[in-house]
Amino acid sequence: MIEAVVFAQAGTSPAGRLLVDFLSLGSIYALLAMGFVIIFKATQVLNFAHGALAALGAFLVASFATVLQVPGRWMPGAPLWLRWTLSVLAALALATIIGMVLERIVIRPMLGEELFAVAIVTLGLDIIIRTITNDFIGTQARPLGDPFGTNVWAIEGFTLIPWTIIAQVATTIVLVALVALFFRSRLGIAMRATAFDQEAARAQGIDVGRVFSISWGIGAFLAGVAGIFLSLFPRRAAGVDQSTAFFAFAAFPAIILGGLDSVVGAVVGGFAVGLAQALATEFLTGISFLGVGFAGVVPYLLMLAVLLIRPYGLFGSEEIRRV
Amino acid sequence: MLRVENLEVVYNDVVLVLRGVSLEVPDGKIVALLGANGAGKTTTLRAITGLLDIHEGEITKGSIHFDGDEITHLDPAVRVKKGISQVMEGRRVFAEMTVDENLKAGAYVNSGSDAVEAAYERVMDLFPRLKERRKAVAGYLSGGEQQMLAIGRALMQQPKLLILDEPSLGLAPLLVQQVRDVIVEINEQGTSVLLIEQNANMALSIAHHGYIMETGKMVMDGPAEKLLRDEDVQEFYLGLRGEGERKSFRDVKHYKRRKRWLS
Repeated sequence: MIEAVVFAQAGTSPAGRLLVDFLSLGSIYALLAMGFVIIFKATQVLNFAHGALAALGAFLVASFATVLQVPGRWMPGAPLWLRWTLSVLAALALATIIGMVLERIVIRPMLGEELFAVAIVTLGLDIIIRTITNDFIGTQARPLGDPFGTNVWAIEGFTLIPWTIIAQVATTIVLVALVALFFRSRLGIAMRATAFDQEAARAQGIDVGRVFSISWGIGAFLAGVAGIFLSLFPRRAAGVDQSTAFFAFAAFPAIILGGLDSVVGAVVGGFAVGLAQALATEFLTGISFLGVGFAGVVPYLLMLAVLLIRPYGLFGSEEIRRV
Repeated sequence: MLRVENLEVVYNDVVLVLRGVSLEVPDGKIVALLGANGAGKTTTLRAITGLLDIHEGEITKGSIHFDGDEITHLDPAVRVKKGISQVMEGRRVFAEMTVDENLKAGAYVNSGSDAVEAAYERVMDLFPRLKERRKAVAGYLSGGEQQMLAIGRALMQQPKLLILDEPSLGLAPLLVQQVRDVIVEINEQGTSVLLIEQNANMALSIAHHGYIMETGKMVMDGPAEKLLRDEDVQEFYLGLRGEGERKSFRDVKHYKRRKRWLS
């Protein structure tokens, strides 16, 4: 958080600072929330390991791009941006596979068990992934070695931050893709059916195991994408470190705000929380009795306020019950 | 078509629920499976459709054949593809999805093919009410409409054999009539039906053959007309006695059944 403030102050005007903070935070929260929502919507499992998966994704990118130089070491002549993009794709592919493997060995055996129990299992998963990833990361932040670094684009008097813009595009693409998936595709309908009633879904011939596997794969992929943006300028230009997972965990207010099972809600919730946090960073940091880092608490306050008025979140589906 | 032989099912490794159940559904016929609560009707259904595992149940003996192939331990999805569909007890529609989406979910195994279109048309013809409410959220349909949707959803898989578990449960008499007529119509279109019911009157009135279960065993079976005329069936399942005179509960109290079922 403190880093974010430092970078925001490096910006030009207060309004510009606010906008950058809002957009960069909002898109990260939205991406995290959408990854969470896909797992929840398909399996009804609250995935508490989502923050850890985000950090894992960012760490994989850092390893592939800088330490291992995969696949860059086999193509010395290629430009940096190409090598880096390929490293990112390789890392995200691995993150997706890890998500599917975790589902297969940890979540699948819990099929048909109490959802509460499965959620607790993901909490354990969170601790395990975080511990292992942090062990690899070590005490220093690991840079992702991206081609842009802290550069900005100056176009016609505007200062544009590349990663913030790319994050907006990525968020939009993911939003459209997920809405199409859930409401148009056969797989999406199978996912919703599975989430609602596993046994009835199996009775229709839906392969519930496959639905679980795919949704965890996509979830881990999206968490990885969010983790990457989280570890780049203007958020944390230094790279991924041990606190990345904790920061990603702050997407929970966004998820709950949006209503857990709504893709659109996840995006709105993400940007709402991003805005609240950006405003708090801008205007509340100077107030001494609130202490340092109060902006980090604001998302949870916002969540509390919304839940008091709409317990199912802004866009969540109300439980349908005939009387 | 469907042949179940000497099926034995154990729940939680200890509770023996089915003790040697055999039954047969011939091609193009309606077969009724009757019995009181806890007789093992639904367990038989789960064994046939492959949904025992999430209930910690296991087939320990016997076999199930469908169209000549053994399916005793196959995955439920494979059985659906082979042509066995079920309408679960209590309807179990996907309440948060619309009618159309429910039908799409039903067509999961064969979606993408032209056959789905045909199946959809068939369901719409069979249930004009669903056609009117295509965009409605399933959870807000009436009980009768939900039962229609559950049957329609199963028909989307274009089954050769349709198994219905207590389709008349919780429906008003008029709706029970409707469900009955629909089952007959589905059967006339060439689908074999296994009808699991407590409402013996309704089931036997349309079935060709009937089986009666008690505590995990088949105790009686025969052509439906014969079962309808059987004195014991009339007394225990149809609520009649002698020449249809009403029976007082006072008599029941003193009556201790010694008779053993013999088929």
